[in-house]
Amino acid sequence: MRAMLAFLAALMLAPHTAAGEEVVLGLSSDKVSITTSFNGSEILIFGAVKREKPIPADAPLEVVITVAGPEFPALVRRKEKKFGIWINAASVEVDSAPSFYAVATTGPMDQVLTRVEDLRRKISVERVIRSVGAPADIENAASFTEAVIRIRQSQKLYQHLEGQVALDEQTLFRTAIKLPANLTEGDYVTRIFLTRNGEVVSSYKTSIDVRKVGLERWLYALAHENAPLYGLMSLAIAILAGWGASTAFRLLRNS
Amino acid sequence: MQIYLPIAEVSVNAFLLLGLGGIVGILSGMFGVGGGFLMTPLLFFIGIPPAVAVATEANQIVASSFSGVLAHFRRKAVDLRMGFVLLIGGLIGAALGVVVFNYLKSIGQVDLLVRLFYVVFLGVVGGLMFIESLGAIRRSRKSRASGRPVSTVRKHRTWIHALPFKMRFRTSGLYISVIPPLLVGVSVGILAAIMGVGGGFIMVPAMIYLLGMPTKVVVGTSLFQIIFVTAFTTMLHATTNFTVDIVLAVLLLLGGVVGAQFGAVLGARMKAEQLRVLLALLVLVVCGKLAADLLLQPSELYSIGMVEGH
Repeated sequence: MRAMLAFLAALMLAPHTAAGEEVVLGLSSDKVSITTSFNGSEILIFGAVKREKPIPADAPLEVVITVAGPEFPALVRRKEKKFGIWINAASVEVDSAPSFYAVATTGPMDQVLTRVEDLRRKISVERVIRSVGAPADIENAASFTEAVIRIRQSQKLYQHLEGQVALDEQTLFRTAIKLPANLTEGDYVTRIFLTRNGEVVSSYKTSIDVRKVGLERWLYALAHENAPLYGLMSLAIAILAGWGASTAFRLLRNS
Repeated sequence: MQIYLPIAEVSVNAFLLLGLGGIVGILSGMFGVGGGFLMTPLLFFIGIPPAVAVATEANQIVASSFSGVLAHFRRKAVDLRMGFVLLIGGLIGAALGVVVFNYLKSIGQVDLLVRLFYVVFLGVVGGLMFIESLGAIRRSRKSRASGRPVSTVRKHRTWIHALPFKMRFRTSGLYISVIPPLLVGVSVGILAAIMGVGGGFIMVPAMIYLLGMPTKVVVGTSLFQIIFVTAFTTMLHATTNFTVDIVLAVLLLLGGVVGAQFGAVLGARMKAEQLRVLLALLVLVVCGKLAADLLLQPSELYSIGMVEGH
């Protein structure tokens, strides 16, 4: 509801400056809290295209929406059969890969976006992952980047949602993106691109805050910032539980 | 009910964890084993990262052994002096084990090492137990047929008694060198750190057959030593790898302590040899599944790991 009000306010207050088409955006929530019972979340991204002039007739408007989680370098390893068993052998360090990435479009990727625009704005997931440092002695280094995409797609961390953005009257658009349960904390950068003839005519950027909260936040912070205390606390709980179980069952048996 | 584990960073069903804790608890109550050697591979199967499974399981074993050792203390079935000697060895072993664990983690082979250890130890222990218990069943049938009990005579005068630094262990009624118990302690400590197990399933046979301790003090003494070694391992993993998941530990614990009490009741009603055959089969099944993962071509050859410092 608050988001809706903010959206309406933004509609009315948006400055009448740039000519052409502009994005006015709403989010069902700009915050995702990872609580103890967190089991994934769905965010609704919706908005409108604001324009001063009539709708250009030359080409239909298309919308591309991306949501990207924090980026980290990743070490990708490939298993090989050695001594009769499958063990990790070759490895390639991917300089940067988002922990989550979703692309939603109004139509097939090659129709809504030209390759040049994709390359320049880093929109499709293949363009977002940066890998330059593959050692020369490893054959087929590109397969390691492909593996990152394949593995994360199977974990629903990378989503390719072609045709999943609904667009009405070339003005109102909306899509829903499912965030899986195995999320990494951080700012999830959300970008919206308006395109005509595959060229980006307008773009907009905002971010969704994904955070562990409450007990989750506290335990995670304690485990990393005050590890000895966390370790001792784990042991104290274990000792107490062991003593409690032993005593409880002795009392039960004696009664 | 799904629950998000703060350190493992996965969402799992809380009842599944309680159930797993309960089943392993029943087994440990029935067979007198810690259950870590079953729980850790089960945690791999449900998708807990191996490093977290190993560290958290060490923490859980602290609880179950502490619960068990209290009962043995009441029966005065703990040889403290032997426990301390084993403990010194155990702490050295655990420190070595964590160093090895971290080194292998940095070169990406920690999964392989943990799995190999499991395949080898589960295979050996399961196989030996299976053969031994089948033999016991056959003997008990034969003795029932012939009508007289089978006598078992064991000799304990071996090369172990020729070693220096002898020490008297009153509760166990032994006068032996401290070197063999120290070595047993070191090897169990290494196992505890790498496999996330207490090591009872290795230490108990070693104490009976290698050190010649009387069976009635073996379990209590082993539990006494395991508490400290796994507590030390938990601390090392918590401070160097940040991989102890307290929420996971608590869920497993709750199921485990309840299950263990039921298991003890169930175990008392079944025949010992039949129990051991069942346990041996269970151990071999887990071993077979882990071995198949290593030997068959995996469906996904690639894996994504963290770069050090992130």
